[in-house]
Amino acid sequence: MTSTLNPRFTFDTLVVGAANRLAVTAGRTVAENPGSAYNPLFIYSGSGLGKTHVLMAIGHASKAIATQLNIEYLTLDEYVEAFHAAIAAGQGDAFRRRFQNVDVLLVDDVQFLTNRKEMQAELLRLTEALQQAGHQIVLACDRPPAEIPDLDERLISRFSGGLVVDMGIPDYETRVAILRRKAEERSQNFQPGVLETVAKVEYPNVRELMGALNRLIAFQAVNDTPLNEDAVRKVLGIPTRAGAASPGAAAPAAASPAAPAPDEFSQFLTDVSVTVGKAVEAWRARVTEAVMRWDGEGYRTGRLEKLLAQETPASVDEAIASYVQDVERLKALEVEVGMLDPQAAGDKVFRDPDRVAAAEAVAAKVREGAAPPPAPSAVFTLDSYFAGPSNEMALNGARDVIGKPGKKYNPLVIVGRSGLGKTHLLNAIGLELAKKKNAIVACLSTQQFVDELIAAIDGNRIDWWRARYRRATAFLLDDIQLLAGKERTQEELFNLFNQFLDADRQLVFTAPAHPNTLEGLEERIVSRLEGGLVVEIQGPDKELKRTALERQLKSQRVPTEAALVDYLVDRPVESVRNLGALVQRVVEAAAAQDGPVTAGLAREVLEGAPAPRRPTGARTSGIVVSSAGGVRSREKMVWDWPAAADRVIEDLR
Amino acid sequence: MSLVNFTAREITCKIVYYGPGRSGKTTNLHYVYERVPETRRGRMVSLATQTDRTLFFDFLPIDLGQISGFSTRFQLYTVPGQVYYNATRRLVLQGADGVVFVGDSQARQLDENIESLQNLQGNLLEHGVDVRAMPLVMQYNKQDLPPELILTPPELDDALNFRSVPSFPADALHGKGVFETLKAISELVLKKLAAGSPTV
Repeated sequence: MTSTLNPRFTFDTLVVGAANRLAVTAGRTVAENPGSAYNPLFIYSGSGLGKTHVLMAIGHASKAIATQLNIEYLTLDEYVEAFHAAIAAGQGDAFRRRFQNVDVLLVDDVQFLTNRKEMQAELLRLTEALQQAGHQIVLACDRPPAEIPDLDERLISRFSGGLVVDMGIPDYETRVAILRRKAEERSQNFQPGVLETVAKVEYPNVRELMGALNRLIAFQAVNDTPLNEDAVRKVLGIPTRAGAASPGAAAPAAASPAAPAPDEFSQFLTDVSVTVGKAVEAWRARVTEAVMRWDGEGYRTGRLEKLLAQETPASVDEAIASYVQDVERLKALEVEVGMLDPQAAGDKVFRDPDRVAAAEAVAAKVREGAAPPPAPSAVFTLDSYFAGPSNEMALNGARDVIGKPGKKYNPLVIVGRSGLGKTHLLNAIGLELAKKKNAIVACLSTQQFVDELIAAIDGNRIDWWRARYRRATAFLLDDIQLLAGKERTQEELFNLFNQFLDADRQLVFTAPAHPNTLEGLEERIVSRLEGGLVVEIQGPDKELKRTALERQLKSQRVPTEAALVDYLVDRPVESVRNLGALVQRVVEAAAAQDGPVTAGLAREVLEGAPAPRRPTGARTSGIVVSSAGGVRSREKMVWDWPAAADRVIEDLR
Repeated sequence: MSLVNFTAREITCKIVYYGPGRSGKTTNLHYVYERVPETRRGRMVSLATQTDRTLFFDFLPIDLGQISGFSTRFQLYTVPGQVYYNATRRLVLQGADGVVFVGDSQARQLDENIESLQNLQGNLLEHGVDVRAMPLVMQYNKQDLPPELILTPPELDDALNFRSVPSFPADALHGKGVFETLKAISELVLKKLAAGSPTV
């Protein structure tokens, strides 16, 4: 998350002296060759000596060299918090994946690993993963790895395995350079010798040096007169004697009530400035925290990230609160929708707080049962249905139903053996009915109907399930023999049946035999089914077979030779489906021979003449037929072995 | 009252010096007033009776200039300590971001201190503010008086500071502890701003 990198902390704004030269050089090297130079790079120094500055500068420099790099800067505390939030949200794995995809990971304040066993283990795992993937990790700490109390030995050796560099207190020259650069940055002019006087004080860190500079700037601003060296000594409490002074000397002078220091207000101003600065910037930390948390839970955080791009956005907390409110609403909607329709709950609209209105609309739809009931399959069109005398009555019935749904034959029950095209006709009717204005056609198998009912009972959303079907303008159910023994489904169907009949809405069913011959169906259902029109589809007649054959051969790009069609039409088949299988066998045989599909070949294939051996003759049963005729019957020989992947191999137990 | 206005880029802190009569609240403000450069301070408004007691309130606006891009202002108020001016105290307390309780260290004033502290709590409650949520520091003034007349800071802490808020011994007349107190309350107020919780 490069947005958390402070734009001011770059290598260009870092004053390099003897005390930090090694760390800066190592940092630059790492930024230029992430993952290959020193990995991990461990930087340590006392507080306020520029660790964070170097860390962020590495991030900026890496990004400048390779913009596509994924760079993350965070303090250990932030890492811990994000980890805990992710664990609490059940997103532990997502959290790990996220960090393992980081190209340059910059972790600050590593000393806080003390007494955090679980985070040590997590960081160890992450370090190993990043190193293996050739990704760079840079750590900053206030002490060397071996001195971090209670740190896992393995982490110590990992940290020490790359490069460990320290940064010391800047020397006098560096202090002057720092003061000059900072004064310049803030457009402050001081009289000659002023900054040098300040630099002579051996402040323990750069931050305190900056505090001294702040005090001078505040003092100069208040007094409107340029400070001279003497005034500086007075303001900062430096003894007049030049040389190495201690900053502690400033305190008693300021605190003495008898002779209050003239800069009592300036000092107050400096202190308040620091506090205000922290407070004003604190919003950034809060936004980042929120981004990490919600991103970890899988929500889109674009709205929050936009805040980070601003200088000082108005009402940050309101923005976060409103974001959180939206997320909570989405969560509630997702749970509610999940209970009604688990599939609809997976909609990504429930993860985008910017689209709460859209999520509400989806939820409202689901609540009304508007999630459409299963629709007829688009494959089974009426045009592709083969017509012939054997199914003429059924087809006429279907056409009447399509023409006057709910008025003429209600219900329409199509009966016939398996493979005669009942399902095709059912779906074809459904598709035609669905073309009508405002039509909602429910078309499904009885098994699916039963499964849905069970799921609805299980999820305590039976009302929603009923509503979903009651909204339909036509209800088409395949294979109603499967209702046998399912009392609750029969009851639901009975109620639905009555509603549809009352409202003149079309019902269509299929069954393998006449309803009154089906076992396990309640009398009240049977009588209602018989009350409509029951049409039977017979085995395919020649006319139908011819139509079907011609179409099948055409789809296989086989020339429709009259002799071939005549031969195939005369073959006894129980259904159009079986006819298709015959055609398939002949076409495959022709392909194996690399020859045309002819009536002769068809006869050869279908009437038992030995099928030609596949060109891949190496595959055999493995049984050697002796010339003496050990195995004579062809039936006992396996001539064609299935492909290796299709064989079922059973292990001996 | 909004402490931080991000749109106008302003921070305005209202700090109220509270305490029993004659405990030194106005003295605190006078000391601060004298130390603030003229360009930075507004006119100190003081409404006093003939006997120099605060009749209404003291008001000292201080302009701290641009801090982190925010124009920062502190408004210091005192309340009249005398018991019968409670309506005024309640009025001044409205919208406060922080309170400095200036206690009188004299042993014989202990009851007045306690009474005033209770009065503070009651007045805050009337504004719907829990005293625990309000940034508060204690100042034990007049520590320069002879030791036999006064209570020590630990004794005063025991008697008054049961919430363990920061406390400072002071001699407001000579300035001891004045800025320390102001700094402490400022930090508390600004930290609360950092935490993002709105004030009254």
